[in-house]
Parts: sequence; structure tokens; C-alpha cells
Amino acid sequence: MTLTQQRKLKTLLVGLASWTVALLLFFPIFWMFITSFKTELQAISVPPQLFFEPTFENFSIVQERSDYLKHAWNSVVTSFGATLLALIIAIPAAYSMAFFPGKKTKDILLWMLSTKMLPAVGVLVPIYILSRDYGLLDSKLGLVIIFTLMNLPIIVWMLFSYFKDLPKEILEAARMDGATPWDEMVRVVLPLSVGGIASTGLLSIVLCWNEAFWSLNLTASEAAPLTAMIASYSSPEGLFWAKLSAASTLACAPIVIFGWFCQKQLVQGLTFGAVK
Amino acid sequence: MKRSITRLLMAPSVILLLAWMIVPLSMTIYFSTINYNLLYPGRNNFVGWMNFEFFITDPGFWIAISNTLILLISVLVITVVLGVALSALIDKPFYGRNVVRVLLISPFFIMPTVNALIWKNMMMNPVYGIFAWISQTLGFEPIDWLSDYPLMSVIIMVSWQWLPFAILVFVTALQSQDTEQKEAAQMDGANGWHIFRYLTIPHLARPIAVVVMIETIFLLAVFAEIYVSTGGGPGYDSTNLAYLIYNQALLQYDVGVASAGGLFAVILANIVAFFLIRAVGKNLTV
Amino acid sequence: MAYLNITDLQKHYDNYHALRGINLAINEGEFIVFVGPSGCGKSTLLRTIAGLESSTGGTIELDGRDITELSSSKRDLAMVFQSYALYPHMTVAENLSFALRLAKEEQSVIDEKVKSVSASLQLDKLLERKPRELSGGQRQRVAIGRAIVRQPKVFLFDEPLSNLDAALRVQMRLELARLHKKLGTTMIYVTHDQVEAMTLADRVVILNAGQIEQVGTPLELYRSPNSRFVAEFIGTPKMNLIELDNVVRENDTLHLQLLNASIDFPVSRTHGPLPDKIIMGIRPEHMHLVETGGDLVGKVELIEHLGSEAYTHIRLSNDQTIIVKAPARTSIKDGEQVHIQVDRNEVILFNDNNRVFSVIAEDASHD
Repeated sequence: MTLTQQRKLKTLLVGLASWTVALLLFFPIFWMFITSFKTELQAISVPPQLFFEPTFENFSIVQERSDYLKHAWNSVVTSFGATLLALIIAIPAAYSMAFFPGKKTKDILLWMLSTKMLPAVGVLVPIYILSRDYGLLDSKLGLVIIFTLMNLPIIVWMLFSYFKDLPKEILEAARMDGATPWDEMVRVVLPLSVGGIASTGLLSIVLCWNEAFWSLNLTASEAAPLTAMIASYSSPEGLFWAKLSAASTLACAPIVIFGWFCQKQLVQGLTFGAVK
Repeated sequence: MKRSITRLLMAPSVILLLAWMIVPLSMTIYFSTINYNLLYPGRNNFVGWMNFEFFITDPGFWIAISNTLILLISVLVITVVLGVALSALIDKPFYGRNVVRVLLISPFFIMPTVNALIWKNMMMNPVYGIFAWISQTLGFEPIDWLSDYPLMSVIIMVSWQWLPFAILVFVTALQSQDTEQKEAAQMDGANGWHIFRYLTIPHLARPIAVVVMIETIFLLAVFAEIYVSTGGGPGYDSTNLAYLIYNQALLQYDVGVASAGGLFAVILANIVAFFLIRAVGKNLTV
Repeated sequence: MAYLNITDLQKHYDNYHALRGINLAINEGEFIVFVGPSGCGKSTLLRTIAGLESSTGGTIELDGRDITELSSSKRDLAMVFQSYALYPHMTVAENLSFALRLAKEEQSVIDEKVKSVSASLQLDKLLERKPRELSGGQRQRVAIGRAIVRQPKVFLFDEPLSNLDAALRVQMRLELARLHKKLGTTMIYVTHDQVEAMTLADRVVILNAGQIEQVGTPLELYRSPNSRFVAEFIGTPKMNLIELDNVVRENDTLHLQLLNASIDFPVSRTHGPLPDKIIMGIRPEHMHLVETGGDLVGKVELIEHLGSEAYTHIRLSNDQTIIVKAPARTSIKDGEQVHIQVDRNEVILFNDNNRVFSVIAEDASHD
């Protein structure tokens, strides 16, 4: 075998292996998706059915039974709201830490990250009681506040990494050109870090959308986002896999598709400045 | 710029996070020392260490602690090892690489509740699940995953969720690896394994640190997967600290004991965080 | 009183003393080049003048005004950065006008200035492009244009040509020289390239370890360096530094003894007491290969033919190597024995502190 043939074979094998792994890991999602188009009987048939007559009935049942649209709207409002709020709070902090670092900057950053280590269960009761006392139980505003605080450290950290990577000389040039700190932030730093801010925002949206602990514990029928709605399908009363799949597909589709489209930016965000 | 303006810009974040940390935490500490059951309001007398005693002597306490740590370490090992291997696999170009990337990243976007439901029902169900069908086709007895291996089932679900995260970080990191360095090693007679062992792994040190740190933050708090799939059972077999406290607080309405448990969770997290942030902090340039 | 006056300027970092008392007076319209090896503090000095670094002692005065504590933007300075530091999200026109827009100049004034600057730098056809769509030389011109638009009192250049390829670097160097002639504005230029320093500067400031080693016109520095550091730093190939075997004083003459040679050096051309150890400095072009006689004998190790001339590397019998400039079409071969004649008027002597203690010969100034 010549070297060229060897290389071709290697590429082929690598491709084959990668595809196999990818399909295996994706299989549960694929299965959920096609099960949502089955009847309940087809859904639990043994052996599993890959080919069948698709039905859309499950989706309308889900909408009827648990008002999908309301919960989807709750998810949209809470994740976008919290992300926007967190960005507004985090951008000035990250800007100040990245460009005017003091001796304590590193400590403050690590401290912020360590608040993220504080387990939610540790403060579940007080937060529950505070929410109850201020009428924020089962309200979208309550969730937005919690989500904002929950993601704030990671958002500050990521923005900080982005700002830190901006070429210093450009900011110095702006300073020489007579830019005030405000000009610098608004006319130079922000336009230059649109990509970084976007991917930070994307990650925050994904984290909020999929957040389950607070959603399950602080909301009921009114403000429950999709994560909480889905949990209501876990009750063991009978096997309604098709409807369950339909509900799950509806709950995940928006964020999965969103994630596919924003894959590139998200990857940047996910690396937390660890990878240049 | 003046120090005062710098402080002003940081103030909202710092103050909010400080409040987010201190207010609930001090309330938790207070609750943990009083008798406080939502079912019996008005009897909030000081009880000292009793709640802690009660929580520690709960038969589930040590199981929950060990389950929490087993879950954390298993998922970290699985995701980092598989993540490095798979990212090295798809680092080279092949047909349809972009689609493979999209497929691999997808589980990260699936919400934990849905994740648990898919695996519990359609994958692991002992009668109708895919795994059962495969076992039977191969001539084995189907396994009742959630009853017989509950903690392992949870580990599988959580790893499936976090593996994409690790792969993504590592793939991005590998792309920044110096190709000339690899070529130089090839000229020096290094084979694929040598390059992987002596160049790629050291190159991945920082990304691995980040993956471990971020995952730890989320893994210590795994809740929804257990809540939806095993409910912590059978017995306490798949109960972690988070779920145990939840059980005390919202199922038995015992705020005092739940708060004491919450403090244990905080302490455990702090022990982990202490070592982790120190180890990782060194790796992250600020 | 000079235009830009720097007095006892100090800069401390945590554990590092970057500027150790800089004193410098720059006249209006001068082209000053800071040069030195990396880490000598030349960039720090420039950035401190720019106000991008704060000084920890001393003062900077510009045009009679103390600017030591002023922010960069209020100093009437403009800077061209090594990486150009163009704003990537702005077009060329927006880059050029950014400072004017920040200063809230009228739109008609801005347009006028951008137009004239872009025309003079041949950027007028590129005004709508973004920096990433420009070549290296074009980016460089935008960076310069951005500085010119502001009509500053002093231009600061931080190694502006180091990112360009060799051919473009020569071209931009000429353009800069032309620009200085045309504008007549004071310019301060940092480089580690001595060719840039020699060709551009009215006066060169040589820095070493946070201190000024010597200030002077390029020719002064070349002909009469006041330290071994300057002598070695300026000139390619380097000045030959030869350890003498012995120095004997006889009345008004020093006999510089090396191997079999004895080179006479008038005592009148020295100052201070005679040091114990003396190093003789002589540039390659001030030694000549001769048929017979001469002062020194050595063996040719290597010849570098540059086309216009040839540099012969010669090993003396005491194992010291020296470089001698030879005519381009020299017939000398490797390994050959050669005789070397030393141009006495060009000899420079260094003492054991590596300081010069000789004075340049008056009658040598004709070449």
C-alpha cells in the first residue's frame, strides 16, 4: 500500500469512527424526536419501530393538556430577561477589571466564581421563604432575578476574558486620541467585543433555558418554564411515551436549534478564555 | 482612570453577589439552629445543634455524601477521558465533520428534566426500552437499570449531558495547537501516540482545568436528573446531598433540618472549591 | 529652554527600575530616535512621555507646560503604534477622524482635514475600507495619518516599521523622513534598528539599562562613542575591540603594544590618568589589508562578500579575531596569511570601565 493510500484509509477509518460515536450520542435525541410522531402503542412496541405512519396528534394533546405555549413563553422571558439583565450588570464590572486591574482584581474574580460554588440547596429554604414573603413565588420576575444572580459570576468571568484579549494598543490609541473611559467602553471596547458578548449571552440563555432546580422549586403552574412543565410528565401513572416525547421535543427544539445555529459563537464562549 | 470610577463600575456586580451569598446563607445558619417545621408554625425555639445531629444521623447522610462524590468524580473522569479521546478523533478532517460536530454538541442543549425522562423511559426501561431490546436480541436478560444500578444510571445521564461540553472545549483547544511543533516531532521520529502523549496532553492542561472547574460547579448540584428519574431511590441508593436536603425541606417541611443539611452542602462545596480554585486559579491567567 | 524637557525621570515597576533618571532636552522640530537593545527602557520612556505609563519621579515639560501628571489625551501628542492599533470596526475615514469626532469638531472641518491628510498619504481611494482589507504598508500609512490629523506638538513612534517586510521598511523610512521635512514637527521615534536610527535621526539617544548612554548626531555617535556599549551598538559589522598586550608611556606618546606591533598614540589625545587595562577600538573600515609590512599579521578564516565590499574575518596569532573591510574584488582566499595596517587616527581607547578616554583626532575629520 502506498503512503497516499494509507492516508486515505486512515481518513476513512477516522471518519467512520467519528460518525459512529456521533450517531450513538445523538441517538437518544433522535429517538425522542421520532417517538413524538408515534401513537402510544407504536411508542412502546417491541422490537422498536423505526418506520411508521407519523401522527401529529401528540403535539396538540400536549398543548391542550399543559399549555405548552404559556410555558415556552415563560422560558423565553426568563432566559432572555435574565441574560440581558446580567449582561448589563456584568459589562461594566468586567470592563473595569480587564482594563484597570488593581491588586485585588484576581481575588475578586475568584471570589465571584466561588459564589457559583455555593450549592443552591444550601440556600433553597431562605430563597424560598424570601420569594414567598416578597410575592415572587411562581412569578417570572422572581426567576429572572435568581437566574441573573446565578449566571452573573460566569458572565463576568467570560466577558473579562474577552476584554482581556483585546489588543491593548488599540485602547491606548483611543486614549491618545482623547477618548474618555466612557468613549473607550462604548465606542471601542463594545464594538470590538460584539462576538464575545454574543457568545456569553448565548451561553447564558442556554443555561437559563435548561435550569431546573430553581424552576422546579420556586414555580408552579403560572410561571413554570419548560423544564418544570416537562417534570410534570415524569409521574409514573402509565406510559405515555409518545406524548412525553412530543412535550420534550417541543421543550428542547427551540434551544437545540438555536444552539446549532450559534454553535461557533457558543464554542468560543464555552472555552472561558482558556483557549486562545 | 480614577480608582473610584473603577470601583463604581464593579459595585453592582460585587454588591449583588455579596447579597446573594450572605443574606440567604446567614438565614440558613439561623434556621439551622431553631426548630422550624412548616407544618407546625409558631414553635421556632432555639435548639442548638439538634438539627445537625438529626441530619447527620439520618441514615441517608453518609450515603448521600458518598453518592455526591462518586457522581462528581465518575462524571469528571468519564467526560474528560472520553472528551480528550473523541476530540482527538475528530480533530482531523473527514467527510461530514461539521455535521458530526453538530450531532456531538446537541446533548448539551437538552434540559436535565428531558434528559432524565428520555433515558429513564425510552432507553433504560426494562421492558420497552432500547437497552432491554438490545440485551434480548443478544440473548441476555434485560437489566432494570434504575432499580438495580440507580447511581450508575444517573452517572450515565449526567455524563451524556456534559460530554459534549468537554469535547467542544477540547476540540477548540486542539485547533490552536501548533502544527509546526507536531511536524517537528514527526521529523524527530515521534509516532501518533507520542505526539498525543507528549504534545497534545500538555497542551490540553489548561482546558482540562477549565472543564473540571466548570463541571464541578454544576455536578455538585445535580438535582433534576435524580428528581425526575430515580427520585433518589431505591432507598437512598441514588440520593445525593442536594436531593436529600430537598427531601427534608420540601417533602417533610422540616426547614431546620434542611438548613442544617444545606450548611453541610456548603461546607462540602467549599472543601472542593478550596482545592479546585487553588489548583485551577493557577492555571488561569487573570 | 528646550521644547520638550525631561528632568530626572524615574519609573519603578514592582521589582524593576525601568527608567533610572532620564534627563533630555529636545528642540522644536527635531527628529529624535531612541535606540537600544530590548529591555533598555526605550519604549517605557516613550510611553511615559505619552502618558500611557505614569512616572514615579521627575518631570516632563512640553512647550513650557508641565505635562507630567496630565492624561495622554491632554498632552498634545500623537502616537503611532508598533501594531498600528487601528480600530478594526471603523473604516479608514473613521479611523482618521476618530480623535476629531471625540473633540466634537465641526463636520466640515473634519471632512477637510481627513481629505487633505488622506490625499497626502495616498489613502484617498481607501477611505471606505476597513483595516483588515488593507496591506501592511497601507495600515501603516493610516496609523500615521491618524496621528497627523490631530496636528500634535510632538509625534511619537513606537517601532512603527518593525512589522513590515524589508523592502517596504526602506520605502516607509524614506516616506517618514520626507514627512518630517514637510511638517517640521518634533518627532520621537523608538527603534531597535540602528540603520533606522542613523538614517532618520537629527539626534540619536542611546539607552542602556534604563539610563541614557549617549546623545548625539548619528555621525557623532559613530565617530566618537563615549563608551564601549555605544561603540559596539552602532555600526555593522561591529567595531573591533582588541585587548592590548601592554601600553608603554614614553614622553608624549603611548606605545600600544599588540603582538609584534607597536602603535603610537599621542598622549594629547587622552584625558585622565592612564588605566591599568586598555582596550583598543577600531572599526573594520579603518584597517587595511597590505601586501607586506603593516602592523598586524593574521590568518583569514572567512570572507563575507557583500558585492560592494567584502568583510574578512581574521584570526590573530593570539587567537583574537578581528574584522577588516576589504575591496569588493579582493583576491584573498580563506586560510591565507595577511598583513594589516591600522589607521592610527581612528583608534579609540577604552579604560577598564569600558569608558572612552581618548579624544577623536582633529585631522581625521576630513572623511
